[in-house]
Amino acid sequence: MSDIYDIIVIGGGPGGLSAGIYGSRSRLKTLILQKGRLGGQAATTQELENYPGFARGTTGPVLMQAMADHAESFGAEILRDEVVDLELDGDIKKVIAKSGKEYQSKIVILALGAEPRSLNIKGENKFRGKGVSYCATCDADFFEELDVVVVGNGDAAIEEAMYLTKFAETVTIIVIHDEGILDCNKVSAEKAFANPKIKWIWSSVLQEIKGEGLVESVVIKNLKTGELSEIQPNGVFFFVGTIPKTELVAGKVDLNEQGYVITNEQMETSRPGVYAVGDCRVKYLRQVITAASDGAIAAVAAEKYLAEEEGFKEMVLNIEGPVMVAFWAPQIEESITAVSELERMLDKTDGAIKLVKIDTYRNQRLVKRYGVQEIPTVLLFKKGELISKLTGHFSIEDVKDEIKSL
Amino acid sequence: MIEVNKNNFEDEVLKAEGLVMVDFWSPKCEPCKELMPSVHAMTKKYQDQAKFCSLDTAGNKRLAISQKVLGLPTIAFYKNGEKVAELNTDFSIEDVEAKLNELK
Repeated sequence: MSDIYDIIVIGGGPGGLSAGIYGSRSRLKTLILQKGRLGGQAATTQELENYPGFARGTTGPVLMQAMADHAESFGAEILRDEVVDLELDGDIKKVIAKSGKEYQSKIVILALGAEPRSLNIKGENKFRGKGVSYCATCDADFFEELDVVVVGNGDAAIEEAMYLTKFAETVTIIVIHDEGILDCNKVSAEKAFANPKIKWIWSSVLQEIKGEGLVESVVIKNLKTGELSEIQPNGVFFFVGTIPKTELVAGKVDLNEQGYVITNEQMETSRPGVYAVGDCRVKYLRQVITAASDGAIAAVAAEKYLAEEEGFKEMVLNIEGPVMVAFWAPQIEESITAVSELERMLDKTDGAIKLVKIDTYRNQRLVKRYGVQEIPTVLLFKKGELISKLTGHFSIEDVKDEIKSL
Repeated sequence: MIEVNKNNFEDEVLKAEGLVMVDFWSPKCEPCKELMPSVHAMTKKYQDQAKFCSLDTAGNKRLAISQKVLGLPTIAFYKNGEKVAELNTDFSIEDVEAKLNELK
């Protein structure tokens, strides 16, 4: 049994690494599985200016390596292996990797991330690596003293465009909105407007990329006039948002229409023991800091889940004799009275019947699992099996009858 | 792996007989550096079946562009001096090994 992990994190971006830090620091046996390079999208971002405590001078790769070292220092294992399938049913989840190895864990945290969206413009695929790029840090060097076009106007697009100006002669940004309107934050917009190397083409979209082997020209369409024009850049950088990398879990956990994993505030997915963090989940802001925050929450929620599950097994499911599980809530007076009456009654049985109290305010999972709709509810277990359920208005006499029938 | 650059690329790659694989990378390219250890491990396995070269595009930009490489990581295969296949930007070490096996 020793090779069963407490937590397996799938994905080594900031969300996954933070979950690894919190998980391993809580002494949980934690494994982070990472397909290729660590750090997720953050590791391809040179300019990282908004992670608290790390001002200018920090780069994405440096911060991500520091997070990975941090996780390992607390005992988290980081392995390079691509996950190809998941079995998320039951108490022990199975994670199947491309190497053929099968990992087992009580908890799975999905930190699957997102990837740059492709617009499928004519020529976009053909010229990938031939002038079309999605990674400024990878390819900016090539465009020293050359001209490039940037498509997009969100935070990433404008910040990466600024980075590109350190290399390229001109950076022309094609913006779908009217003149002066950008989706990015104001600070970045002001910096970009003041940068003499940046040129703007407003109210327009990229229609086609052309060339012989390498990018030679692009066709731009003005949305207001319908007019087409052609310019001759050497490179085209796309920063038009991301799509979640959730194909692996489609049909296994609930996703929204765009394919993002739906979670609650504890990062729990629709499946017990499975959590999702970072860019792959439905959320308002996708940044390194929010991914890290998700990771911390998921690991703490997972730790609590494990404790509750183990506790319930130890006190209820693994007990031979009869166990009475009473669901109560601090704000429902009737339930408090019922529980104390039960306690008095069971005291007289000299411990033949055990009582376990569940505060429904704290433990919603058991409430859902056993379909508890009214408080108080009493469940009677024997040899780990649920044998009867008393719910709503029952008297202590009813409980006695149930016990007699055992 | 043989380090190639603008001075020896012609001799080592374009004038070489048989199969040559060139790994284009640069120190700023994180995906390249991530891929590199597995590429090096793979080349050991096939060392008798092809020639393996590594090209740092920083300082060899013109050379890379002359080979129509304008995005990293790129791994290109040459046979008797002609480029016969190329993988770029989004590929895994398994894809490289499969391509190598197909061409060798």
